[in-house]
Amino acid sequence: MNVSKTEKTIHHIVLVIVALLFVLPLIWMLVASVDTNAIQSLKIPDELTMENYLSIIQDPAIVRSFGIGLLLSGGQSIIVVIIAVLAAYPLSRYRASYKKPFLYTILFLTSLPITAVIVPVFQLFLLLRFEDNLIAVMFFLIGSALPYAIWMMKNFMDSVPIELEESAWVDGASVATGLRKVVAPLMVPGMFTVLIFTYTGSWGNFFVPFILLSSQDKMPASVTIFQFFGNYGLIQYGRLAAFSVLYTMPVVILYYIAQRYMSAGFSFGGATKG
Amino acid sequence: MASYAADKKHKRLSDNTKTSIFLSPAFVVLAIFFLVPMVLTIVIAFTNLALTGSQAQQLQFVGFDNFVRMFNDNQLYSSIILTLIFVFFSAILGQCLMGFIIAFMMKGKNSTFRRIIGIAVIAAWVTPEVVVGFAWTIFLGDSGTVNNVLTFLGQYLPFLPQEPVAWLFQYPMVSVVVANIWRGTAFSMMAFQTALDDIPTEVEEAAIMDGASRWKSVWNITIPMVKGTIVTNLLLVTLQTLGVFTLIYTMTGGGPSGSTMTLPVYMYQQAFVSFQLGYGTAISLVLLLIGAIFSLFYIKFLKVKI
Repeated sequence: MNVSKTEKTIHHIVLVIVALLFVLPLIWMLVASVDTNAIQSLKIPDELTMENYLSIIQDPAIVRSFGIGLLLSGGQSIIVVIIAVLAAYPLSRYRASYKKPFLYTILFLTSLPITAVIVPVFQLFLLLRFEDNLIAVMFFLIGSALPYAIWMMKNFMDSVPIELEESAWVDGASVATGLRKVVAPLMVPGMFTVLIFTYTGSWGNFFVPFILLSSQDKMPASVTIFQFFGNYGLIQYGRLAAFSVLYTMPVVILYYIAQRYMSAGFSFGGATKG
Repeated sequence: MASYAADKKHKRLSDNTKTSIFLSPAFVVLAIFFLVPMVLTIVIAFTNLALTGSQAQQLQFVGFDNFVRMFNDNQLYSSIILTLIFVFFSAILGQCLMGFIIAFMMKGKNSTFRRIIGIAVIAAWVTPEVVVGFAWTIFLGDSGTVNNVLTFLGQYLPFLPQEPVAWLFQYPMVSVVVANIWRGTAFSMMAFQTALDDIPTEVEEAAIMDGASRWKSVWNITIPMVKGTIVTNLLLVTLQTLGVFTLIYTMTGGGPSGSTMTLPVYMYQQAFVSFQLGYGTAISLVLLLIGAIFSLFYIKFLKVKI
């Protein structure tokens, strides 16, 4: 591009400053988590230690909340992928008369703020005696993740050429066999992407379990970390930082893995390219 | 396609049945956890439902009482205005504009450089919302990093604060807006990167060759070419920001004295702190309606092929 050298230099300088501003709060977290004497401000650690991490992973209540978070988000995302694949297949392959309105409804639901339905969902839970029930919370999380998952999955499914399936049918394969042997293998990247998106979304969701659960021993990590902040956040900076790093790590790793599948780039989950 | 059209009518019937079978699990879950609550929202907004107290015993339809109450509720008005301020500054002006500028500056740069800058911005986006809340509460704390840096620089630069500033108390809205910009910019940045990379460099070069100034070429060529992305991104980011609860709740809890009490936080207060579920639902109906309007615009502008 015919852009002047000065402009390029300015761009580089501005971008480096922006990047530094973006990482600064996170650097505090990483540094404080290994500091024996962490304070509110970023500083060079007095002495490096693993003590903060050890105290978090040795706390049975915290470890349990990580386990609950894992089961809650893990169970949720696996079920979401299964339901979404089933839903995406006919939406991509068949021409049902109600396909259009259904897809528009799904798209409409993807962008609706979940916050707006939580009070009525809470009432529904009271009505059905679902309050403080982990399975019911998991199903609400499934429901809230489904619209986006179906939408993404349908777009992935559209990119698997139907000709491949048709040639399998010509060779005598049934629809089920075609789905299992031809479509499913090609859908693996898409399924992983949906799985990871769903998992990271609910792993980081504090609001839903905070409202719908009440027993302390059922709270996932997103809630226990919030409580930890409330109780010790402004005293035990090192431990809070270590807790935060441990809690953030799975999401970072999963995002890194997902990126490799999302080679096509980022365009609203493949939506804009139809 | 010809044979398809021939037995279209026969095929459509069976397509409907097959589709319904495949869709049934999704439909059941969506109906129970999305459609029923939405219908409930409308019903309950007309009741006096409360979690505790005498009202908890007998549920009554109170007609438009909740809505009359809303019309006379000053906190609700200020919550709507605070929500608009929060959305405008953190989503529209903050995330979208900043995301665009970063993506624009990154265009045509060395890929390793782009990658490193990208990771820094995306790291903030990947971090769970609760953690973002703590990280910023601590970052902006009385003896936090921001105050330390500013007071250090303040020794040399007289226009900077000489004393630590209690950001979350003195500038609560600014604080949550900045934290939300920090958290969300990556989304817009990635959207604009994809869009800007699709513009052939020749188009911009041609404009400059024709003697257009740099500004004019950006304004007349680049921006119109990513107009679609700008609109969809604006709507999507607005929708995401309308519902932000966790970030504000962890940083300020809606305070001090209601100065960051956006609609989601106010709804939470009424429904789960004051136990007025009926009134809380009426507020969430407002939120739902605002969301629905933006969502319809979003679908209209997205121009998807369905």
